[in-house]
This record gives sequence, C-alpha cells and structure tokens, in this order.
Amino acid sequence: MSRGTLYDKVWDRHTVTRLPTGQDQLFVGLHLVHEVTSPQAFGMLRERDMEVAYPERTHATVDHIVPTGDRSRPFEGAAEEMMSHLEENVREAGIDFSHPDTGDQGIVHVIGPEQGLTQPGMTIVCGDSHTSTHGAFGALAFGIGTSQIRDVLATGTIAMEKQKVRRIRVTGELGEAVEAKDVILEIIRRLGTDGGVGYVYEYAGEAIESLDMEGRMSICNMSIEGGARAGYINPDETTYEWLEDTDAFADDPERFAELKSYWESITSDDDAEYDDEVVIDGSELEPVVTWGTTPGQGIGISEEIPHPEDLPEDKQDTARHAQEHMRVEPGDTMKGYPIDVAFLGSCTNARMPDLRNAARVVAGREVHDDVRAMVVPGSQRVKAAAEAEGLDEIFREAGFDWRDAGCSMCLGMNEDQLEGDEASASSSNRNFVGRQGSKEGRTVLMNPKMVAAAAIEGEVTDVRDLPETEVSAQ
Amino acid sequence: MSDDNGVETVERASGTGVPVRGNDIDTDQIIPARFLKVVTFDGIGQFAFHDVRFDDDDNPKDHPFNEDRFRDASILVVNANFGCGSSREHAPQALKRWGIDAVVGESFAEIFAGNCLALGVPTVTASAEEIEALQDFVDENPDAEIDVDVADETVTYGDTKIDANVDDAQRKALVEGVWDTTALMKSNAEAVAETAASLPYIESEGDA
Repeated sequence: MSRGTLYDKVWDRHTVTRLPTGQDQLFVGLHLVHEVTSPQAFGMLRERDMEVAYPERTHATVDHIVPTGDRSRPFEGAAEEMMSHLEENVREAGIDFSHPDTGDQGIVHVIGPEQGLTQPGMTIVCGDSHTSTHGAFGALAFGIGTSQIRDVLATGTIAMEKQKVRRIRVTGELGEAVEAKDVILEIIRRLGTDGGVGYVYEYAGEAIESLDMEGRMSICNMSIEGGARAGYINPDETTYEWLEDTDAFADDPERFAELKSYWESITSDDDAEYDDEVVIDGSELEPVVTWGTTPGQGIGISEEIPHPEDLPEDKQDTARHAQEHMRVEPGDTMKGYPIDVAFLGSCTNARMPDLRNAARVVAGREVHDDVRAMVVPGSQRVKAAAEAEGLDEIFREAGFDWRDAGCSMCLGMNEDQLEGDEASASSSNRNFVGRQGSKEGRTVLMNPKMVAAAAIEGEVTDVRDLPETEVSAQ
Repeated sequence: MSDDNGVETVERASGTGVPVRGNDIDTDQIIPARFLKVVTFDGIGQFAFHDVRFDDDDNPKDHPFNEDRFRDASILVVNANFGCGSSREHAPQALKRWGIDAVVGESFAEIFAGNCLALGVPTVTASAEEIEALQDFVDENPDAEIDVDVADETVTYGDTKIDANVDDAQRKALVEGVWDTTALMKSNAEAVAETAASLPYIESEGDA
C-alpha cells in the first residue's frame, strides 16, 4: 500500500466513513455537470424525491452535444432537448452554469481550471472519463457514471475503493516538437491501455515538472486511456501561479495565501511509498502518432508500424483488426498517411498554448486542397484570448474553419463528424472505431503541431521536417 | 433493477451465455455516441453494439447479438479490458436492457465495472484460458445454462466449475444488497457535513 502520497492525503481528508461494502464514502469537493450524462441522474433524483445536497459545490456547462457552428436557439434536434433539460435542472437546484450566453462556456475540463474551480487537494468528479484532467492541479479527479452522479447530487459524496499508486517518472528534457501529448501516448503505449487498471498515476520527474499547466492537463487527461481512472501531478509554483490569476483568487490574495498552505501540505512526501514505479527517459522521445484503433497503438513518427506477430500474443488480434481498419502496413512508418480532416480541439489539446503552437506551424501556409481543417477552441475564453492575439486570423487565412467551443469531433455527437472512411489527424484522445462519428472513419492521434503539419501537407508529416516560413522563424 | 434503495441482493445470475470476443472492446462500440442523445435510458437496449451489428443500410452483420441462438442469453462472456473508454453508463444500461444480467471476462475497465455495479450487474473475472474455454463452450452449447455465483466466486457450466474472482467490495455490495448507495450514503449526512467543514477550501457558511 502507498503511504504519504498526495493520493493518500487527499483521500484521508475527504473520507467520511467506511461503508458496509468496504468502500470509503468520500466527500466531493467539486462536481462538474454537463448536458449528456446528467439529465438521467436528475431524473433519478426526482423519482426519489431528493434534492441536490451541495449545489454550491456543483458547476454546470454544455460541451458534448452543443453546436460549434450555428448557436441560435433552438439548437438542432436532441441538442436543444438536452440543453433545455440542463437549464431547467440547474435553475431548480440553484447550480452555477457556465452558459454560452455568459462567455464562460466550454469543455468541462477546460473551464474548471480556467475559472479556478479546480484546485489542489480537492476531490473532483464529473460524468466524463476525462475528469482525470484536473489531476494536473494535484486534485484527485475521476470520471463517474450516471448512477454515481445521482449519488453525488443527492449526498455530496461517492462510494469508492482506494487504489494503488504508481509513480511514473519522466526524466530528461523533451526534444524539439515533443509535447505533453507525446509523453502520455508513449506512457500508454508502454504500459498498455489496461496497465493502469487498479492504479492511480502520479506523474513526476523533470520532464513533467517543466511542463506548463496546459501540458500537465494533457498528460493527466489521458490517464484513463491508459486504464488509470485518475492521474495527478504534485502542485508547485507553476500550479500556484496559474491559480493566483483565476476568478477564484484574483481579487482575494488572502484566501489564496490561506489555501496555499493547505496545497503545500498535501503534496507527496519525499519519502512517500508507492506500489509501483516506472521511469521513462523523456529525452529519447519523438512526436508520437497512432497507427491503430486504440490509444496504446502508437509509434514515434520515424518508427515502423509493428508486425502483429512481433507483439505480445494478447495484442496480436487487436493489431491485425486495427491495421485492416486503418489500412496501414506493418514495416511502413505513418509518414505520408493521407489525411482528409484535421481536427484541432478536445479536452486534451484545445487550450491557448496548443492553439499558439499550431498557429506557428500554420502561419504563412495553406491547408492542403484535399483537407478540411477545423479549430475548435476548448472554451469561449480560450476562443476570445486567441482572437485577441490574432490566432483566428492565422487559422482562417490558412483555410481552417474557426468554430465555437465544445467537444465537437472528438466524439462526434454534434454536427462535426467524420464522413464515410475519412481519415483525420486529430489532437483528441481516442481513435476507437466509430469514435469521430463514422463507422469507417479513421483517426490518427497526435499533438497539435503535428495536426497543423498534417493539415498543410495533406498527410501525416513530421512537423520537424517542415521548412521554416518567414513567420514561423520569428 | 430495484429502486427501493438496495434491499435487493444479487447472489447469483444464471442463464444461457453469449460470447463477444476481442480485447479492448470500448464503450463507443458498446453504445455509439449518437445513441447518447437521450434524456432517459429507456429503450436503449436495442442499440447495444449497434455499429458492429449493422452496416450503413441497417443490414445485420455477423455479430453474436444478432444470432437467434443467443437472443435469450443473459450471461455475456468477454475478453480483456472490456468497457474501456468513456464513463457513459449508457453502456451497461444498454447491455442490461438488452437482457444481460452478468458479465464474465478476463478484465474490465474500472469505470465500466463501477457502472455495472450501480445497476446490480456483476463483473466477474477469470483467466484468459478459462474465458476462452467458456466462450467456446457457449458457442457450441448456446442453450446450456451458465451459473455465476457471486457469493462463492465461481462460474459453473457443463461439468466445469471455474474458480472466478469478484472484487471484494463488489461482492459484498451485491450479496448483501447494498449496491445502491444513495440512501445508504444519505443517512450519513451529518458526518458528511462535518467532513466538509474540516476541509480548508470549503468556506464556512452555507455548507450545513
């Protein structure tokens, strides 16, 4: 059993009692709610004549199905129904709502950190598996199902079993164009899509510590793709600097100072004990792209696609099916794989540095004739900030569609979908068959710069091979 | 499923089986995202595995859930990391409403297993070899009864009894009928308020 880790400390501080099942009842510090997984839970609450126990610890937004193009009401089809249910539910319960009319709407895992709702040492849950994102701040954050949403709404708590802690230390300095996304894809590739089952991941080491908060969020975000329900990074000065400027603390330095001592108290001790430890040399990594249909099927951009028979036996069938679906050949690299769609968005990679990095690649160039390319900022605030810097102009001039904030083509619930057997270069988190809205659709996961390069070249490209333009050289 | 705060116990599940083979079967396969556009779970069962069961023109494809011989099955037998991906409870809701009472597999994604528990559906694990043998058996004997004993942690079929594994908390919750946690946890409201008040980030007013 782990001892003295952030996980142990936050768990202990939030434990209400041991339940008869042997699970612990944990207090939930922040419950984030969105339009797709909550209406059923509010319905269950009504059936039982129960009220929301801690509306002030709850915050709602719309992201999964909300249109990212035409936003006039009523929305098209089911989006309107889900939106109006949420509007009614939050009004009745007195829950704060980052509604599109407020300018604060966005993907739930972008707006929580942005508004300072997400803080170190908190327990955070949401009916979305990428809730692990918030672990970037040293919060214990995980996705839950709808019946558990009902539990949290009704009681402010959740029943959970404590898990093991694996520390993943990424040493060294990341190379050119190697981003947080590449680090997490590499971790999942090495440890497997189920390697984290039963574990919480603590990410550490100099390559992690040198990341900005957005990069840390990209890493923690995809913990779940590695099977770990939660992943976290110990808070440090980078974390505190971010928090200091958020809505929560900008006008309240006293509160900030008060809480900072709590945040410092919950970091993992130097002599903390872990159930497992893995070390990865970050300086050896290159940009990673996926060749298959699970996030674990990734390779460095100059590496060859593996022969299924060279993989562990339990991975061979999946690899064969994946290669058939993706139409890739073992022994080839992914360079030159033709792309029809470039999607820059999602809770993994749609924050300011992601957009800036991609814009730097795009500036002075044009999207390939055969590619439709879109940028979907993670939140309305990200969108506004990007427009203030003129990034929207760079993308538009190059031929990208500049859209409103939401989950969009990451999961294909709104109008942004792959069609037929289109292949997408995507900054999102899942390349499952059918994920982006079409059964025959093909998804190649990569970092935002690599998405930009693929959009320009019309094929998977090593962004490091692109000649510098006048603009990019600046 | 019971809505009376978890007095119903789930000590065992028995019935005929249906094998769905393959590792890493994700929630997008179990229930594609476009079927999430519903505000209740009613009627979602028919969409279980939809996109691997039907082509673009809605013609049935080769899938166990399309086969008559498995139509009345209630024990789903799967391989490794079943249910990986999203937290959508729509996935186990669809399986349950299709008729599945228990899932036996090599391993499960955690959120999926937790969602199953919330519906009173056991997720029982056994070794890769044992699972494969069970899948082969079900394939050859679609009418044979499979008995999943949650309390004893065994799966019995034909002349074979597998020494299976059920997560401790899950077993206790199902066998003792405390898998519906809402009422149970609500009864601790006072202790919850105390815990909340002890947390530095909770402002003192309004948290009673």
